Formats: sequence, C-alpha cells, structure tokens
Amino acid sequence: MGLLSSRMSITRYKVVGQLEGSIHETVYQRLKQYAIPKIEDAGSDAAVGWTSFESPYSPDFEGDSFVFGTYMVFALRIDKKSIPPKLIQKHYALDVAKHLANTGRHFLSGNEKKAIKDEVFNSLARRIPATPNVYDLVWEYNTSALWFFSSLKAANEALESLFLQSFKLQLIRLFPYTTADLVAGLSDQERDALRKLEKSRSEE
Amino acid sequence: MLDVAVAYNRYKFLGKEFLTWLWFMIATDQGHLRKYDTEFKSLTVGNRMVLENTRENTKETITIKGDNASLEEGLLAITKGAVVSEIHLSYKTGAHTWEFSLKGESLNISNLKLPETGPVESPDDLEGVVLEKIYLTEKVIGFVNTLFSHFTHLRVSNTWDNQTAPRIRKWAKSN
Repeated sequence: MGLLSSRMSITRYKVVGQLEGSIHETVYQRLKQYAIPKIEDAGSDAAVGWTSFESPYSPDFEGDSFVFGTYMVFALRIDKKSIPPKLIQKHYALDVAKHLANTGRHFLSGNEKKAIKDEVFNSLARRIPATPNVYDLVWEYNTSALWFFSSLKAANEALESLFLQSFKLQLIRLFPYTTADLVAGLSDQERDALRKLEKSRSEE
Repeated sequence: MLDVAVAYNRYKFLGKEFLTWLWFMIATDQGHLRKYDTEFKSLTVGNRMVLENTRENTKETITIKGDNASLEEGLLAITKGAVVSEIHLSYKTGAHTWEFSLKGESLNISNLKLPETGPVESPDDLEGVVLEKIYLTEKVIGFVNTLFSHFTHLRVSNTWDNQTAPRIRKWAKSN
C-alpha cells in the first residue's frame, strides 16, 4: 500500500532533530548505506532496508531521484520468508519417519525432535524466497513531518528503528496525546491541563 | 514529555472523545466546521461507525455499517456513555471529495480515497502525479489536524465541562 494506491493508510510522525551538512546528500548517503540488500541472504528469514519509490525491487537513489519538490519520497522494504506451517509439518513427519527407520527405534527424545524441526525449518528457509513488502513514506524536512503509508504495527516499528539507525533522528508517532502536545499549539497552561486530563464525565 | 507507550494508552480516550465531538459537530454545526477550511463544502458520516462503552472492566462494541445506515443505535449508545472509536467520513471541498476512516485511539487515517488524479502514463508524468497526491493528502491531514487542535483547546478549557459536554448529551437524547 503506498502513495499511488487507490486506498491508503497513513501513520503520521514528527521528526525530531536536524541533519548535518547538505540534506539531500546526507539522506542519499544514508539511504544507500541502509538500502535493502540486492542479493538475498539465503540463510536469513527477514531483511529490512530502504528502497526507492520508483523502483522498489531495484533500489536506486541516484540523481536525487527521491526528491519531489520540497519532499523526499522513498520506501521501507521488508522481505520476509513465510513458510506455511503445514509444509513444515509434512517435512518434519517425513524426516522423523526416516530417522526412526534409520535408527530402528520407536521414539525420539525431545532434543532430537527439536533438532529435526530446526533442520527442517532452516532447509525450507534456504529454498523458499522472501516475500517483499514495500511501504512508501513522504518526508517534508522543513516541517519535520513524515507520513508512513501503513498502519501495521510491525512495519511501523521497523520504520522507527531503521530511521533512527540511518539518520540518527527520532520519530515521534502522532497519536492523540502527541498531536495535542506537539501540533495543537497549546499554551503552557493548556499543556498542564492536558497532562491532568481525565475521561469526560459525560462519556463514562 | 511522557513515555510514548504510557501516553498512548493513557490518552486513548482523547481521540475517542474527539470523534464523538466531531460527529456532534457534523450533525449540528457544519457552519462552524467551515471556519477551519475556506474551501469546505461538507463533512458527512460515511458507511461505518464503531462505538464502544467501557464500564466496570467490560467493553461493549457497537458497529454500524452500510450506506445511509441509521445512526440511532449510535446515539442511544452515546446516551449510555459510549464514545466513537472509529468513523468513516466523506469530506468535500468545492471540487474534490475525500473518503477516509479515522481511528480514535491512534488518529491514524485509513482507507483513504483521494480525489481523482491524472494517470501515470510515462515516467515524465510521475513527478506531477506524486506532487498532486501529496498535496491532496496534505489537505486532508491538515484538515484533521486543524479540527483536532480546535477540539484540544476546547477540551482543556472549562467550556468543555460547562457547555460542550452537556450539549452533546442533550443532542444524543433528543434524537
């Protein structure tokens, strides 16, 4: 789901802090540094990194291609291997049967069962390709506003973590309290009242 | 500032009261909403509303769905102390219509349908379409922010307890 989708979901953030040096050059360097790997690591079950808005399956940030007017537009990509539980169950059952036949035993210990299960999982993970999920974002540096086009918890957590790691800037998610505190333009007195606020009696 | 996770849970009610107030304003005072947007034409409840009532550690949820659905059940729930936890809205300005859902606890905008923009038929079209989409997205986010900011100022003032909350109760009971 992204900026060009017919239906979109948006989580709003405020970016705390400033980048040093040329904004576009710094962002370009960090995007390149933390881009999603082009070659999949067969042993890993998930990969998270930046990708380009225009070509999410072949990240390319050259020539300020992530700059649109006063906005920076790029995407978070999460490639995750998803192995159907029934497939694991099938290969586990086959491996257990093979192991019992080879050893002539009738039972397996807990440790042996776990070792077989791990081996089945790792073997399937190496063979099954990761599914890519792309989530666009729009960052307006001058107003410290960032929109992330997903409301999925895992995707938002991955964004917050990678953004901090890449740009050394914290993202504050805008939900009712943070919007009231950071966006509504409250006076100090009103902010104090906000902190003490309780559910309205009429709503109880 | 408070710890983010604590603040999220502690102030979930604020977003839900905002949506309840917004429904009240939509139903009773569209003219007032016009003050926040010079191009404002209308704001209407769309095809879905979820209300919840939390009492004595139990949560009751009422979902109203469907085009032109009667909202009487929702009003009845308000009189019993429920708040709106999610609302689908249709926002119109002179030339454009936006449809979207707002969640009270997060203020996330979901299922957002922007006004029609031109197609991307060649790479040269992309920048123009992206900027148009951003403009249209910014417009609806700005409108929601303005409404929420106004609500917040009202909510932390004495006017809320003395005037607004009683007016909301009266409106719900009279329908």
